[in-house]
Amino acid sequence: MNEMTKITTLKDWETDQEVRWCPGCGDYAILKAVQRTMPELGVRPEDTLFISGIGCSSRFPYYMETYGFHTIHGRAPAVATGAKLANPDLDVWIITGDGDALSIGGNHTMHLLRRNLDCQIMLFNNEIYGLTKGQYSPTSRVGTNTPSTPYGSVDRPASPCAFALGSGARFIARGIDIHKDLTNVLKAAHAHKGAAFIEIFQNCIVYNKDVFDEFAAKKTAASTQLLLANGEPMLFEKGAKGIAMDRETLSLKVVDVVDGDWQAAKVIVHDVTNRSVAHMLIEMPFGEFPMAIGVLYDDPRPTFEAAVVEQNAKAAEGKKPDLQALLNKGQTWTVTEDGPEL
Amino acid sequence: MATALKQDDNSSNQPESAENVVVRFAGDSGDGMQLTGGQFTLSTALAGSDLATFPDFPAEIRAPQGTLFGVSAFQINFGSRAIETAGDEPDVLIAMNPAALKTNVDALRDGGLIIADAGEFGKRNLDKAKYENNPLEDGSLAKWQLLKLDISALTLEAVKPFGLGNKEALRSKNMWTLGLALWMFERERQPIIDWLNTKFAKLPDVAAANIAALNAGHAYGETAELSGDGLGGGHLTTRKVGAAPSAPGEYRTVTGAEALSLGLVAGAQLADVPMFFGGYPITPASAILHHLSRLKEFDVTTFQAEDEIAAIAAAIGASYAGKLGITSSSGPGIALKGEAMGLAIMTELPLVIINSQRGGPSTGLPTKTEQSDLYQAVYGRNGDAPMPVIAARSPSDAFECAIEAVRIAVQYMTPVMLLTDGYIANAAEPWKIPDVASLEPFPVTYLDKMPEGGLKPYSRDEKFARPWIKPGTPELMHRIGGIEKGIDTGHIDYGSANHQKMTEIRRDKVLGVADSIPDQDVALGNAGGKLAVVGWGSTYGPIHQAVRRAVEAGKDVAHIHIRNIWPMPKNLGDLLKSYDRVIVPEMNTGQLKTLLRDQYLVDAKPINKVSGQPFTIAEIDAAIEENLS
Repeated sequence: MNEMTKITTLKDWETDQEVRWCPGCGDYAILKAVQRTMPELGVRPEDTLFISGIGCSSRFPYYMETYGFHTIHGRAPAVATGAKLANPDLDVWIITGDGDALSIGGNHTMHLLRRNLDCQIMLFNNEIYGLTKGQYSPTSRVGTNTPSTPYGSVDRPASPCAFALGSGARFIARGIDIHKDLTNVLKAAHAHKGAAFIEIFQNCIVYNKDVFDEFAAKKTAASTQLLLANGEPMLFEKGAKGIAMDRETLSLKVVDVVDGDWQAAKVIVHDVTNRSVAHMLIEMPFGEFPMAIGVLYDDPRPTFEAAVVEQNAKAAEGKKPDLQALLNKGQTWTVTEDGPEL
Repeated sequence: MATALKQDDNSSNQPESAENVVVRFAGDSGDGMQLTGGQFTLSTALAGSDLATFPDFPAEIRAPQGTLFGVSAFQINFGSRAIETAGDEPDVLIAMNPAALKTNVDALRDGGLIIADAGEFGKRNLDKAKYENNPLEDGSLAKWQLLKLDISALTLEAVKPFGLGNKEALRSKNMWTLGLALWMFERERQPIIDWLNTKFAKLPDVAAANIAALNAGHAYGETAELSGDGLGGGHLTTRKVGAAPSAPGEYRTVTGAEALSLGLVAGAQLADVPMFFGGYPITPASAILHHLSRLKEFDVTTFQAEDEIAAIAAAIGASYAGKLGITSSSGPGIALKGEAMGLAIMTELPLVIINSQRGGPSTGLPTKTEQSDLYQAVYGRNGDAPMPVIAARSPSDAFECAIEAVRIAVQYMTPVMLLTDGYIANAAEPWKIPDVASLEPFPVTYLDKMPEGGLKPYSRDEKFARPWIKPGTPELMHRIGGIEKGIDTGHIDYGSANHQKMTEIRRDKVLGVADSIPDQDVALGNAGGKLAVVGWGSTYGPIHQAVRRAVEAGKDVAHIHIRNIWPMPKNLGDLLKSYDRVIVPEMNTGQLKTLLRDQYLVDAKPINKVSGQPFTIAEIDAAIEENLS
């Protein structure tokens, strides 16, 4: 990771394995975005480890010419934790989905974020269980009709980014599978030292087609997406609208921006370290507000594996790993041919 | 235990002979009985006696004071000859309250000695123990010798100069009792005094009070010997139990959890691989996590995970990254780890899984011992998922078993299950400290450059083991996972012929472990004959003692104790068939029995006990008797 032996290209990150997602699946676009991003990160394939759970997205590692581990349902964060603790120099990417990360593996996702293991977590959210043929998922909206919910789902969905924030994540971003800006989100996630959580809206064209169209569709994107950039005002609708703070209610509101004078409209400048505003951006009800896309929150703090390595080193300091001495520790006695002596 | 040379068993438990004595300390779970027992064990070991212990405590940390279910007991059997069990019947019962008396007195041999803290036998405690009358006064204990001492008052008196509160002062009761016990068996006080000074280094008053209580208990013994009458009629005399003849060398006491942890460290050192231990708190397995957490200088990383699944999954991740992943739990936690074990089998990564068995199913009996997870270990996974299984028979044996588990894991690139149980984990015995130089190293190798003919992550050596490749190694990037692997390439392969072949390879690889393990020996008695008593795990002690008695009485009986549960030693089938009868005592309803019948078509007969208590020698005696007639 530290010194590059050669500059890689997209080709260096592709495997010879035939990609087996449904034609038109959003996963293809995400795979390409990752393969396109990797050469720009200055990392080497042999130091890179992709770890996944179970689900359509979790086939991802087979298509990356890196080290890869396709584990079991929901457990990728735990496997990743062991791998990273065993070798902190590895650049670890976790590939997961809404069911994998928030349903069966919710516990591990929470603890990975809480501990702040240095890695990137890409959660492919398609609001459906694709691989098992279309049951509703923990992010499906109320009323989702599926084989297991023929009368519509009745339980409320989880919000991946709110979950991440509540779990203590220090980097939270959103991206869209076919969005060209996804590579920038990936780069920012990689640059963040610590657990970087990325929710990617991914179109399952077979079981949940175009479920994100209301904000992901290109033709309406200008009015439905709030593209965030650190230090920049929160503008959308080609600068005609912005997000401001309602000081009475301490909540966000949409304001009109006249003649580009966003200062006059009191549009908020995005500060990625502001956790409270990040929470509000995550929770903005779509429709009344645009969908916030990009880096919502980025405020690093010390990582888990660094703390473990440091503590281990400190605990071992000045101690010789003498196995015989360890076995002989405590009160011992010697038995001679004549019997025991203290 | 296994270290004693001379095995001249005197089958009777007569304290007068002082060849061996069984003492049980029983009190409230807050009375510090485990600590008292532990220190008495140490002093006994330092005196050179052989010994075995049985800590028996409730699942509740601090059950309501004085209740029957809150009683915590510690039994020790020590003697000047080989000791294999914690003893069938105590000779001496030290009861710190009515509940402790009630729950333990029936185990006491007729004529045995009860030392009771009379100060605790007030109405309130008698009610809690459901005694209508005070048993110390109503003659109901007539078949035993009784000594009633107001230990509480005597302790308060002894620690008076230190100005502790009443509650604080009474905490030294256990040290007073220990002092008396040390006097009874002519033990040195100094090691305990040293230990107290270290333990309470930051609280010198508490240390001094405890030492004063210890000394007072000891002094009381000397005085009470002169005025034994009027204390309930029992005699308080000293009993010298001499040193057991044992092989020359350096000794210490060790519990199973300690020995196992040390064995894992030794195994990792012999394999020349750093250790990663993932654990989640569970009784009675947590002690291993605690021990290893203090051994960072041996390149040990410990990780307390968010759950049992994460603990094994992290260990698998660490193994993939090139460390030796180890995880440990007890039955319910092992059940949770099942799917991940399958992943380790499929991805052919080294892994050691330790199961400190306890009573089941479900939460079962968390602090009581059982051997009922053998099916789980051998069969308990989805798919054809073979895994080597090893079972430790005693605390000191756990050291060797741990090394063996590590060896098999790294040499065969496989997860290995190591079975121990609550009894072994907590029990202590003298241990002849191994000479590290005599341990055979088995350093691992990683594949670190492109082999001729290209990379094949699922190619195999003569043991059918695949190469271990650390992420970070240039050119050798590859992907593994839980989906069926193509032969050699390791690519996803759903092909029917491929799955058939891969399933066979996984089976044969594990069966091949039998090539690297010793033939099954006969622990005692002849190879071939009338009756074989076959055991595994912690039943070793009672089986061995019972068979010894039978052999000495001229009976044709042998003891066979199986360490390698899967695969079994190659000669085991022929060996079993050389006996007319085979009986299998187990603390379950017949699990090894099933395995033996299945593998060898032998008519193995089950002898079962699932009471949460180890077998007594007498129970095995009876089974031998019945099967010889």
